[in-house]
Amino acid sequence: MEWETVIGLEIHTQLATQSKIFSGAATAYGAEPNTQACAVDLGLPGVLPVLNADAVHMAVKFGLAIEAQIAPYSIFARKNYFYPDLPKGYQISQMELPIVGLGHLDIEVDGVTKRIGITRAHLEEDAGKSLHEDFHGLSGIDLNRAGTPLLEIVSQPDMRSAKEAVAYMRKLHELVRYLGICDGNMQEGSFRCDANVSVRPKGQAEFGTRAEIKNINSFKFVEKAINFEVERQIDLIESGGKVVQETRLYDANKDETRSMRSKEEANDYRYFPDPDLLPVFIDEAYKAQVKATMPELPEAKKQRFKAQYGLDEENTAILTSSRPLADYYEALVKASGCEAKLCANWVTGDLLGALNKAGLDITESPVDYQRLGGLLVRIADDTISGKIGKQVFEYLWQGSATADDIIAEKGLKQVTDTGAIEAIIDQIIAANPEQVEQYRSGKDKVFGFFVGQVMKEMQGKASPGEVNKMLKDKLK
Amino acid sequence: MENQSITELAKSLRAKHVSSVELAQIYLQRIKQHPELNCYISVTEEFALQQALAADVMLAKGEGSLLTGIPIAHKDIFCTEGVKTSCGSKMLDNFIAPYNATVVEKLNRAGAVMLGKLNMDEFAMGSSNETSYYGPVKNPWALAAVPGGSSGGSAAAVSARLAVCATGTDTGGSIRQPASHCGITGLKPTYGRVSRYGMIAYASSLDQGGPMTRSAEDAAVLLQAMAGYDDKDSTSVDQPVPDYSAGLNQSLQGVSIGLPKEFFGEGLDAGVAATLQAAVAEYQKLGATVKEVSIPNLKLAIPAYYVIAPAECSANLSRFDGVRFGYRCQNPEDLLDLYTRSRGEAFGKEVKRRILMGTYALSAGYYDAYYIKAQKIRRLISDDFKQALAEVDVLMGPVAPTTAFAAGEMIDDPIAMYLSDIYTIAVNLAGLPAMSVPAGFSGGKPVGLQIIGNYFAEQQLLNIAHQYQQITDWHQHIPKGFE
Repeated sequence: MEWETVIGLEIHTQLATQSKIFSGAATAYGAEPNTQACAVDLGLPGVLPVLNADAVHMAVKFGLAIEAQIAPYSIFARKNYFYPDLPKGYQISQMELPIVGLGHLDIEVDGVTKRIGITRAHLEEDAGKSLHEDFHGLSGIDLNRAGTPLLEIVSQPDMRSAKEAVAYMRKLHELVRYLGICDGNMQEGSFRCDANVSVRPKGQAEFGTRAEIKNINSFKFVEKAINFEVERQIDLIESGGKVVQETRLYDANKDETRSMRSKEEANDYRYFPDPDLLPVFIDEAYKAQVKATMPELPEAKKQRFKAQYGLDEENTAILTSSRPLADYYEALVKASGCEAKLCANWVTGDLLGALNKAGLDITESPVDYQRLGGLLVRIADDTISGKIGKQVFEYLWQGSATADDIIAEKGLKQVTDTGAIEAIIDQIIAANPEQVEQYRSGKDKVFGFFVGQVMKEMQGKASPGEVNKMLKDKLK
Repeated sequence: MENQSITELAKSLRAKHVSSVELAQIYLQRIKQHPELNCYISVTEEFALQQALAADVMLAKGEGSLLTGIPIAHKDIFCTEGVKTSCGSKMLDNFIAPYNATVVEKLNRAGAVMLGKLNMDEFAMGSSNETSYYGPVKNPWALAAVPGGSSGGSAAAVSARLAVCATGTDTGGSIRQPASHCGITGLKPTYGRVSRYGMIAYASSLDQGGPMTRSAEDAAVLLQAMAGYDDKDSTSVDQPVPDYSAGLNQSLQGVSIGLPKEFFGEGLDAGVAATLQAAVAEYQKLGATVKEVSIPNLKLAIPAYYVIAPAECSANLSRFDGVRFGYRCQNPEDLLDLYTRSRGEAFGKEVKRRILMGTYALSAGYYDAYYIKAQKIRRLISDDFKQALAEVDVLMGPVAPTTAFAAGEMIDDPIAMYLSDIYTIAVNLAGLPAMSVPAGFSGGKPVGLQIIGNYFAEQQLLNIAHQYQQITDWHQHIPKGFE
């Protein structure tokens, strides 16, 4: 039988607010345990939550970016369950009336564009962390993360393959970073994914029974976890079994999913409106205010890059993959005044290559756009060749000198004195009569040998164009 | 000295008839002399003397407010930094609050002197002060009777002159009913008038702190210091606080009083009814007009309240899990054991009963039938009050169907106990302000008159109570043995 996979994703994005969603404590990652948890985060008797306006702003920004309905009236609810790292014994979340309603995101897989529906996105607080190692049979609790704002983005079951799921996740990842509402750091848990996966015979209208795979924290694992789960379900059904509705955990080490709890064991969360918080009212004026802070979105930027800079598909995709990278590129073009394609090739080639090798982000680049621009200007005006440019780039990477300083200091300036070039060419021709004979008898390939010899003699500092032209004349 | 009002004491302090330290000592002495009432869970003598000393310094400089140097005590539901805050429960017997409730902070800043923390029903759940882990409080007017609850310690202490004034909280009548039973003046403000920050939550949408005093005049002073917007409490209302004391001398000529017929029907004790009729007659003498009105859905208030309040409390009390603070059972075997035994051993019967009711009401499949339905009823009751208060300025009626009942009489009959809150609970559901004002005695025990006003009409309520206290002396009666 032919099977069809149905996937919906729930993605938890940690919002990049300065303070927590219901308290004034800081949200910075990596602090000493329990140093960023105030009375409210600890759930002390008598404390009350106060909603962080920035979290609302970010949620609305996201909603506008996916062209969603922003709820004019949304409420917070308590989700009740006991766990040691959940200080109040309930999580403040949204159940009915979430802040962001129906929206969508377009993904592209194998050149085909597909629209993925987003059912809702709601605000909630994160829990703390339980630490089970290092406490000699006891558990430690770190409440630094408790109260960190999350936007949970729930998709429609619109994806039909792991590949589509990954494309959707990447697109969303790019979007939230563009919007500046999430740092997207998956290792630190700022962007986490649960996947709802089911299979059905192709052509069947109703969905199969789904399993929810929890907490998959990389694009690679999402693909692997879904593919494993799809096979598991198909094998199960084909061997006469039945998929049960349950929550499963993906084990990256063993590359498998395993059961965490079944539907019967599922909690009754007893949601009800949180009486400590007022409803959130959002009007047109507020939306307009948020809209005014909206950056250019990825899709629009791509179109503009192609049109404005005449870039190809590949360079456009790379350069617009993150806002800081796109900003770097645009600043480089503007500052250097160099041809957009030259700039693009250098950024996507040498710069990104070096950054990847060093494991650095564009924002951490040792070579800023001004210094790279200084180099490109010298390539463009023929002071140095592209090849020498690569050497200069190495020096830029290692130090803080400008390209001009490096060129002067290392004596890398191209020789423009044609007399000097001519003298060397004459010398080479005289020294290699055999090759001259070969060339003149029609072996064009030998021409490269002469260019190489001349450049070697000139230590690469001659303009390749000039050398070619003069060699051709001399060898006639 | 122990019978002077706040205003009188403020004058005495400034005239140097007494110092704040001496005044604190007088009250601390009285507290020691009357352990039989069991009003206090903690007496903070050292703290009080420090604050009194600071108050004397301020007064000597000619600074301070009307409350500077005035001995006060807080219901043990308000967090007090560095002082045990038990909420009347074994669960928090070891809890030293690391911060002050907003109300406490404001009163500290006003220069009030904290004598200690007052007994209460456990987590404010009860109408008789018998559910306290620290034992029941006795009614100064009749030691065999309950003082009412949950702010029973506050009411008994003010009545017996073991504090000049006290803070209380009212979720379903917990300020007004003990005030009525102990013959003092108690005011439950409009929901949102007083910050709930640092007031340990029972039912968040109903809880409201307020003053418990000997007179409306004192209540005006205390409420003045307690009220106001707090950016730590999203449900507090950002509306200016009027000068309550300045509003106390308005004529009642032409003020219209509504008597909801449902407040005077079956179940109301005849002695209480007669006392209230006499009080209403006094108001007529003051120029007020009287008219019958109706709160048709009043009888639904108790079932609605006993869904909403337990539902909220079931979540509010989840934080008491033995993990971070409060009681933890000995040698827990595992996590579940830690939870079940810590909570099982430290919560009392009534608290458990309400957590169970609330958990049930919120459970899948029951939520719509109970919680949603109760919220709809809540709206209907609010609408009833809105309509009645469109016809008249204020409503008057009983606080409780009877005077203080005997200790032990109802503790094993929770339903009967719940039903006794019929006249107060509806007001919390509507979020309206209301007072209990001493209006006489029946069988030797005090009877309170309830006055209910429109949203944020505290000033009007205080004036109406004050005018009555100008022509009556019920509020000046002192229980025997406590003169």
